[in-house]
Amino acid sequence: MIPPSDPERQNIEETTHFPETSEDDVEQVENAIELKEVEGISQTRLVLRRFVRHKAAMISLFVFLGVVGLAFSSIGIDAMGIKTPGWWQFNSVAIYDLLDGGVPSATHPFGQDEVGHDIFAQVMRGTQQSLMIVFVAGIVATLLGVLVGSIAGFFRGRIDQLLMRFTDAIIIIPVLVITAVLGSTFNRSGSFVLAIVLGLVLWTGMSRLVRGDVLSLREREYVDAARVAGASNSRIIFRHILPNAIGVIIVNATLVMSATILTEAAVSFLGFGVQFPDVSLGSLIHNFQTAFNTRPWLFWWPGLFIIIIALTINFIGDGLRDAFDPRQKRGLNRVARKQRTVVRPAEEVGA
Amino acid sequence: MNASATSTTDPILKVDKLSVDFWVSGEWYPAAIDLDYEVLPGEVMAVVGESGSGKSSSAMALMGLLPGNSRVSGSIKLSGREVAGLEGAALRRLRGKDVAVIFQEPMTALNPVFTIGFQIVEAIRSQLQVGPTEARSRAIELLGMVEIPDPEVAFSKYPHQLSGGQRQRAMIAMAISCDPLLLIADEPTTALDVTVQAEILDLLRNLRGRLNSAILLITHDLGVVADLADHIVVMKDGRIVERGPIEEIYKRPQHPYTQQLLAAIPHLGTAVLNVNETEVAAAAARQKIEPVLALEGVSIDYPKRGRIPAFRAVEKVDLVIRPGEVLGLVGESGSGKTTVGRAAVGLLPVAEGSLRILGQDISQVSSKELRAIRRQVGIVFQDPGSSLNPRWPIGDSIGEPLLLAQEAKGADLSKRVERLLDQVELPRSFRNRYPHELSGGQRQRVGIARALALRPSLLVADEPTSALDVSVQSRFLALLQGLQEELQFACLFVSHDLAVVDLLAHRIAVMHRGKIVETGTRDEILRSPKEAYTQRLLAAVPVPDPEEQRKRRESRRAR
Repeated sequence: MIPPSDPERQNIEETTHFPETSEDDVEQVENAIELKEVEGISQTRLVLRRFVRHKAAMISLFVFLGVVGLAFSSIGIDAMGIKTPGWWQFNSVAIYDLLDGGVPSATHPFGQDEVGHDIFAQVMRGTQQSLMIVFVAGIVATLLGVLVGSIAGFFRGRIDQLLMRFTDAIIIIPVLVITAVLGSTFNRSGSFVLAIVLGLVLWTGMSRLVRGDVLSLREREYVDAARVAGASNSRIIFRHILPNAIGVIIVNATLVMSATILTEAAVSFLGFGVQFPDVSLGSLIHNFQTAFNTRPWLFWWPGLFIIIIALTINFIGDGLRDAFDPRQKRGLNRVARKQRTVVRPAEEVGA
Repeated sequence: MNASATSTTDPILKVDKLSVDFWVSGEWYPAAIDLDYEVLPGEVMAVVGESGSGKSSSAMALMGLLPGNSRVSGSIKLSGREVAGLEGAALRRLRGKDVAVIFQEPMTALNPVFTIGFQIVEAIRSQLQVGPTEARSRAIELLGMVEIPDPEVAFSKYPHQLSGGQRQRAMIAMAISCDPLLLIADEPTTALDVTVQAEILDLLRNLRGRLNSAILLITHDLGVVADLADHIVVMKDGRIVERGPIEEIYKRPQHPYTQQLLAAIPHLGTAVLNVNETEVAAAAARQKIEPVLALEGVSIDYPKRGRIPAFRAVEKVDLVIRPGEVLGLVGESGSGKTTVGRAAVGLLPVAEGSLRILGQDISQVSSKELRAIRRQVGIVFQDPGSSLNPRWPIGDSIGEPLLLAQEAKGADLSKRVERLLDQVELPRSFRNRYPHELSGGQRQRVGIARALALRPSLLVADEPTSALDVSVQSRFLALLQGLQEELQFACLFVSHDLAVVDLLAHRIAVMHRGKIVETGTRDEILRSPKEAYTQRLLAAVPVPDPEEQRKRRESRRAR
């Protein structure tokens, strides 16, 4: 019944005032020590250092880079006129003799499908395609969403109305319908165009979230302070408001990226984007979902790679968000909590 | 523990060796250390201290309202019953029934989507076995008891339909709904205007006679407790440094910290009057110079948004500030004083009249010229929590105006930032720190450094000290005064606190409901006010002296 006070805030208040309570000169000595640690380090380095300390994010980064390295070195690159050979003996389009009905073996570690394609090569090719699509679509959607959202939130009024109604219009049309229509227009123009189109469709959620954040951030007094200092609107948006919305932006960008993998598969199924014999992770799953009972490896391998990519991207995003936040605090460690004793200031005279 | 022995002299609350620690980034930090005090029935006990002294966290420990990263040790006895460490249903029975809290901010402590009547009824029925109609009549009775006009009507009003003072009254009605043994008032008047604060304090004083509850009053303001409390406990850094009956503490403070605290309160009317010949001559000389800021018949509107019609916040205001002059603009919340301050730096458009800065009318200039004018003004904001970009080291924040005005770059900029930090008496090393690593007073210093970066001719200070502790406030005001004397900028000092204005301002303008009711020199306004409103405002200011305060209250009531 009685509304609780905001415990987080109170806690911060109780603790942030501690430095002030100590004697002035003692504080300055402490500052000098602290300064030596921080001096000469740019903000980028600080962010990087906090990111490196984030365990889950660092492990994810290594796993992710491993997947990328594996995908691009194993079967080589064949895009935009660049061709490099890979170390894997098979490729993703050729048909090979079926060995033992396609069960995973030493020659074909991920197995073969019923015609004889090498699944390892196909999964690698699929990973290449999916990564490209995820990143292109993710970047396009993020840039567009942040731009639309921040302009709508910052300028409000008629511009906001206009942009948000436009966003609503895009939201209400199912993604598949738009991409299918666009697909028939750019028929068979390849996965890169598909990635751009997906990006152009998936920015709506981002713009909504960013707008909400910007609406509240623009009322902060530091925005007024910047305006009085003579800052232009674009400086206020890009230097003062968006850095404070980075948490929302990064989290949403990683969600969009993970969602793109599967959206791409559905769209490819409609005959746009990645077409047989070329493959993506999504199309592999689509193609092989009927084979789930007879040849489960056809389904599991691409599925595993989708999970790895989506998870690592999410963890990396998490680490980035924490790294960008200067207020980031270390979590509660229950064991350490019990062991540590209280740091008590020296007894005051007359206390 | 013997619950049977509860004669009238037994304390309602007995706290023994109470310690509260917080777990912060790998360490236990103490917020309260070995507290022990008693509160007798019908007694008002004030716990006084600055922020960070542990006064709030120790009180929240009584209610079990501390966050998860805290731990409590020691004993808390309520009428002889041990309540420290209670959990679940036992703790819920304690809250509201035996102990109730009045929070600082009535707007956020009341739920905006329910009527206040509903919330009071909920409070009653969660603790007492009564039917809805009975609870309703009890709620209306309570609203009458806290002197809300028309309790029947107020019962079905939502929090946003009430004024700040009425919301706090509703909050009090809710707290006393189950006749608690102990009423904890956590800074109950900090968010209120002086006139409203005086009314709420009167109410608490009346209630205390009618209820047999003990009141634990937590505050940083020694003026508030002066004629309400019986006993005072002064806390510093989590420890009790001094305790005693109220007269003792105010008349003969023993501990240096208490003395310092009492000395830091700006006393209205005790500022040294340095009206000498040169001062008068300087003032006369000022009259001839072109004013830095001149408002003529200025009206400011908040434009209509949706169905809410346009609101005229400021109506036909005339003001003049000359170089080197500090003008105090005082008024209650909603009087439009902050609006005037924000318009003076060009953050709000002027609807009518002319607002001139150094002779240029800012409503009639291009945006490029406006930017040039803005180099002549600086503003210090009210809330040290939101006036600095949390993602920027403070050195960058201070340097931004210089960078944007293209006055300095690179090493030169860094030197200018260091000089500004020196001016506001902060260590140079602070430039790499983030705002959240600084205390409120330090952040306000950074705010001044940023505002003065371009050596403006006009500084607008919008209630810069309202969020600060008294001792921090007095240091901050001394700094501002020193800088003003050194740099001789004109200053528009917006404040609700007459005592603060008394320290700084050469002239004072009093605002009420968007209009200026009285302007004059500091002495004219504070020592011989002509308008009834100014007189009322002056009478409501609490004085940190129990006897004086009692006299003032009686004369206020007689009026």
